[in-house]
Amino acid sequence: MHRLAPQVKIVATFGFVVAVVVTPREAMWAFALHAVLVVATLAAARIPFGFAARRLLVLAPFLIAVATLPLLGPPPDLAWGLSRSGLWSAWNITAKALLGTLASICLAATTEAPDLVTGLERLRVPRVVTAIMGFTVRYLDVVVDDVARMNVAMRSRGYRPRWLGGVGPFARSVGGLFVRSFERGERVYLAMVSRGYAGQMPATPGAITASWLPAVVVILTAWCVAAGALVLR
Amino acid sequence: MTAPIIDVRGLSFAYPDGTPALFDVDFHVHQGERVALLGPNGAGKTSLVLHLNGIHSTQQGAIEVSGLPVVDENLMEIRRRVGLVFQDPDDQLFMPTVRRDVAFGPQNLGLDGDELERRVSAALEAVDITDLADRPPHHTSLGQRRRAAIAGVLAMDPEILVLDEPTSNLDPATRRELASLVVRLGITLLVVTHDLPFALEVCERAVVLDRGRVVADGPTRVLLADRELMRRHRLELPYGMVLEGGEGGRV
Repeated sequence: MHRLAPQVKIVATFGFVVAVVVTPREAMWAFALHAVLVVATLAAARIPFGFAARRLLVLAPFLIAVATLPLLGPPPDLAWGLSRSGLWSAWNITAKALLGTLASICLAATTEAPDLVTGLERLRVPRVVTAIMGFTVRYLDVVVDDVARMNVAMRSRGYRPRWLGGVGPFARSVGGLFVRSFERGERVYLAMVSRGYAGQMPATPGAITASWLPAVVVILTAWCVAAGALVLR
Repeated sequence: MTAPIIDVRGLSFAYPDGTPALFDVDFHVHQGERVALLGPNGAGKTSLVLHLNGIHSTQQGAIEVSGLPVVDENLMEIRRRVGLVFQDPDDQLFMPTVRRDVAFGPQNLGLDGDELERRVSAALEAVDITDLADRPPHHTSLGQRRRAAIAGVLAMDPEILVLDEPTSNLDPATRRELASLVVRLGITLLVVTHDLPFALEVCERAVVLDRGRVVADGPTRVLLADRELMRRHRLELPYGMVLEGGEGGRV
């Protein structure tokens, strides 16, 4: 998994997510098969389940909101004020979100961020978009370091963030960070121009020979499951 | 002596807000020379350097790079000939991996395929970072990033390498390795710095710029030994370092 070409993994993930999304919510067995497929992929990539589970926590706030659907949605027609269609909606969203997120975790855990950008470039995503993503990936750590340094500098001079009371200095530091990042942007642009940049980012060098077999297997399996569920409905 | 690679005549410059930065600067660097451009903060060193590859356009005076005037029509060729390495390598290494960053310049020159690959490998090898090629820049040390930034410029096959404060924030060992690296490259060099020992070690000639004017030009050792000159222009040797007078002087 770790050594597959990034564009193959991106296509496989996207294809799988689309199959999950079109699967009708009543077809429980289809979701079970999707889950088997994604868990098998996690196992094949040797991603520890604990690692994946912790990453799934990002869904928690979203799922808490979803859990209110059976109570707050359509008029109740079951015990305890629950509604049948609300329950189905909650199940539908929860199952699809979990499967989609697990697939993304597979992709993210086996692919470095710069390789993801390269993969998108090879899939002919417009160069402006991939350039912006590339700069974001490249400078995220630099900006995070800036934030950490400003934070240390503020604390060193007695700043103790408290609820609301600390908002003023924090807001000013965000302003300072914006100015710093803007100035860095100018310097980066000068460096680009100095090396002959004339408005067009160069193409990704390197041969594009990759085995598409894994993507084909994943997508075919997921689509067969989804198609089966649609036919048997 | 041969025709100069860098030939600046009568250059004056003021920033758009009217702040004057350079007054009637005459300055030249010949093939194979290693020249230090010294001066206190705000002396106009960076303004001068940004003229050399046409980032600041000439307001008054003339600049030629190997006989080619620095004007808009020639900018691409000028930027190939003058390799500018900026002070903060994080500003210069903007591509996702070191290899792709080094390839950025030559790709803009229209190279691809084997020729591109050859240029990139040669540049990485020249600065000894072949093993870092596929790393993202933020997974390397400052010294390694500085080398990578130099490789990115070397890959454009420049006639002169211009380094802006190359030793800032480097520890002494990394600084020493950088000095031996730039000497070993054997390329015409202009080093903008206040690191006077570095200038002495690497550059045989020095030019002192203060308040936008060239105030001295001569052998680095002679200039650094002239205490009166150094004091007048806010340049100081590190504590405990004494250069004994003029030609053939010793530390």
